[in-house]
Amino acid sequence: MSWRVDWQASVGLLGTGLKYLAVTMFVPLFVAVVYMEDIWVFALSIVFVTTLGFALERIDTDPDIGPREALVFVSLAWLTAAVVGTIPYLLAGFGTSSTLADPVNALFESMSGFTTTGATVMGQISLEQHSHALLIWRQLTQWLGGMGIIVLMIAILPEVAVNGAQLMASEAPGPELQKLTPKIAETARVLWLIYFAFTLMYIAVMYGLHLAGFAPNMDLYNAVAHGFTTLPTGGFSPQAESIAYFSAAVQWAAIPFLVVAGVNFALFWHVLKGEVDVMLENTEFRAYAGAIAVTTAVLSLLLVRGAAPPLDIGGVTGGVTENTFRQAAFQIASLLNSTGYATSDFAQWGTHAQVFLLFVMFIGGSAGSTGGGVKVVRWLVVFKAIRRELYTTANPDVVEPVRLSGSVVDEDAVRGIASFTLLYILLFGFSAVFISLDTARIGIELTTLEAVSASLATIGNIGPGFGRLGPFGNYLFFSDASKMLMIFLMWVGRLEIVPVLAVFISVFDRNQ
Amino acid sequence: MRVVIVGAGEVGSSVAASLAGDHEVMVIDLDSERVDTLTYSLDVLAVEGDGASVKTLREAGIDDADLLIACTDDDETNIVSCGTAKTISDAFTIARIRNTKFLDTWSQSKGALGIDLMVGTNLLAAQSIVRVIGLPGAEDVDRFADGLIQMAEFRITDETPVTGMSVAEADTFDSLTFAAIIRDDEVVIPSGDTCLQTDDDVVVIGSPGSISDFAQTIEPDVDGVSDVLIVGGNEIGLEVARLLDEKGTPNRLVEPDPERARYLAETLPKTTVLQNDPTDQEFLLREHIGDVDVAIATLDSDERNLLSALLSKRLGAARSIAVVEDGDYSDLFEAVGVDVAVNPREAIAEEITRFTREQHAENVAIIEHDRAEVIEVEVDSGSVLLDRPISQSIRDLPDGVVIGAIARDGTYVIPRGDTVIEKDDHIVVFAAQEIVEETMELI
Repeated sequence: MSWRVDWQASVGLLGTGLKYLAVTMFVPLFVAVVYMEDIWVFALSIVFVTTLGFALERIDTDPDIGPREALVFVSLAWLTAAVVGTIPYLLAGFGTSSTLADPVNALFESMSGFTTTGATVMGQISLEQHSHALLIWRQLTQWLGGMGIIVLMIAILPEVAVNGAQLMASEAPGPELQKLTPKIAETARVLWLIYFAFTLMYIAVMYGLHLAGFAPNMDLYNAVAHGFTTLPTGGFSPQAESIAYFSAAVQWAAIPFLVVAGVNFALFWHVLKGEVDVMLENTEFRAYAGAIAVTTAVLSLLLVRGAAPPLDIGGVTGGVTENTFRQAAFQIASLLNSTGYATSDFAQWGTHAQVFLLFVMFIGGSAGSTGGGVKVVRWLVVFKAIRRELYTTANPDVVEPVRLSGSVVDEDAVRGIASFTLLYILLFGFSAVFISLDTARIGIELTTLEAVSASLATIGNIGPGFGRLGPFGNYLFFSDASKMLMIFLMWVGRLEIVPVLAVFISVFDRNQ
Repeated sequence: MRVVIVGAGEVGSSVAASLAGDHEVMVIDLDSERVDTLTYSLDVLAVEGDGASVKTLREAGIDDADLLIACTDDDETNIVSCGTAKTISDAFTIARIRNTKFLDTWSQSKGALGIDLMVGTNLLAAQSIVRVIGLPGAEDVDRFADGLIQMAEFRITDETPVTGMSVAEADTFDSLTFAAIIRDDEVVIPSGDTCLQTDDDVVVIGSPGSISDFAQTIEPDVDGVSDVLIVGGNEIGLEVARLLDEKGTPNRLVEPDPERARYLAETLPKTTVLQNDPTDQEFLLREHIGDVDVAIATLDSDERNLLSALLSKRLGAARSIAVVEDGDYSDLFEAVGVDVAVNPREAIAEEITRFTREQHAENVAIIEHDRAEVIEVEVDSGSVLLDRPISQSIRDLPDGVVIGAIARDGTYVIPRGDTVIEKDDHIVVFAAQEIVEETMELI
């Protein structure tokens, strides 16, 4: 296999992307100015990133992006965004005791942000130790990563739109690209607008609850901060207690938005056009909604029959039954599509409930949503292909295509999905073993559930795991080697492996 | 009437032959040999050329033609021929179409593509097969008056419970008329004491309910069709499977070609598509062909269809239906043991006959390969039947005409001697071939 890539084109385009990433840093800069904290951190970051952007852009002023360059560019763009995203952490942490002052930690946090994983290595998440601006930057990285920085570039940069379809196919979650309009830039814009509208709606609902007196802690800052991380299925919170810090009303109100975040955004576009049927008849949507309903019911039952979950840390709660059902509904909505918010420390629930949640984490959101994981559509295809395999073993003459929403899934796609799922599971398994061994090396024993969840929570872009990695724990204690592996897992998990592998193949395969 | 026929293949030639007697017929074909053959064998004007070109159509006299029938084997040619004729003349245009997609397009807006009547041959053949499947023991089934009235033909065998009975004894149904018995190529109009004999083909006209009750009398052991095997995935096989899917009848379809099988499996979500040699006995046994209610042979050659139909019968299928492209073989197929032979060209002929009648027939069924016809007519002011009881008017009609059923304002009327026929009634009439023209003129 020979694999030639025009690296200059990829890197040149990267420069353009960086210039625009610098623009997004004006958001934390604005917050910094409002609160009069860390202004110089963001001012400096903007100058630095902009300069780097212009410098890289000069490598190729007129980049010509083919399919391979698209794969390499998309991977590098996410890596570069994560690297550049560490600058505010490093600058703000310089000379302090902040755990983010360490480059590996900063990269972990930044990668976790952009990939909407939500796993953290912050020793202490609090507005006393970190500025409002820094925490909003941490939240913002998730919002940018949710719908995708590449999709955003395609939406706003005419020079990228020409080869936008290839770029978008490399980044968009799920097995295939869905064009909503003839022009790819238009499709990207539609998706971002829907995403933006939902975010605004969420902020309005949350701040509305606060103004109405149902959510004492949900001030405007918190409403915006959580708006940045709910729709992208991120899960970062500027509060150490995550969503548990807020009232039951906030938690109930967040559930529908969490569910929405795991739905293919293209379906909302059909709904806007009045084609509600398209959404209701979509097999993946039905399976996703069904999975949420069934797993919520099962988890509620497990919680009722086992030890009831500990009551909330703060805020207003209803009775024990309301609490149990809310915890179940919220955790399912949050973990199934890979958000990873916490309303309760599920690491203290019974083992059976935890094992069940681990299973739920495997599902993932829908293709074309902001959710991570394997994705509902892939599981559907895998299960249908297995069923077909069993059936045709008994009936060797039968010709049976795999169907989704009434249409036939191409055999190449079935094969691709099967190999993806296998690769994903292999990578997950290998990483769990590596993390376990590497952690033992530094003298810390991980439980099986912890090791497995560390691997799954990072490759699936979920965030919290179990035990010490639970919703109120963090990933700080891992060795740098394990953290680097997890940074890699988050990266490949967000880009669904192939684009990242393309980079490696092109590096090692250049001279053949 | 001046009729231009484009295409002198089997369909074109047989249509030309049936029209040549009463009409001025011009036939266009690209093949000079066929043109020569026609010139000497039929009393028609054969023109060599492309039916889709204005020049050739003009040469064939399209300017004065009343009717253009495009029936080459190529759908696109037929469509373009009709469209071309429409731009330069007022002729009524009929196109023969194999692919159902064109039929879908055309039915969006009748007259589209310059075609006044589109005859979907594969669909028509599939429809007649599915009608036959739905009625146990029937050899031919047709619908009239929007489905209010049915016509069916049954074969009387040694095992049939009604064998030896008189018509009066066999007829225990209110809305059913024994229209005719085809015995040794003769058309017999039965009276009450005519006996039903082995090897008779009996033609009944009535309400769908009474016809299916009658079918139950003939084949009492059959209760519903729940397992159909279609052998051969050509366009007819595909359409049959599609129609059965719509009705909710479980069916399997065998196709040897992997790519075609894949296409069929993708197109037919409810049908089980099998890819194998449809004449492989071992395979057929593995698929339990012995338990099959109906096996339908829709392969691409008459010989293979015959083989397949006989094989499935031999392996135990309850009934076998075979498609036969060459109408001459139809009788042979049924003589050697195939239960029903369906000729797709007969369907085209029925449609075309309907339009070439001097007086417009609403619907036509051709019985026993042109021995008789069952015709639906709307009664208007010129009819001898109007405002008279049937017992009187029947005397003015040729012998051998049977008024089988009447549809009035969407309801079924049983024709009795004292029934008075009103204007706008739809009557379904049976007539032997030689008196069809005469009968049509009178009614």
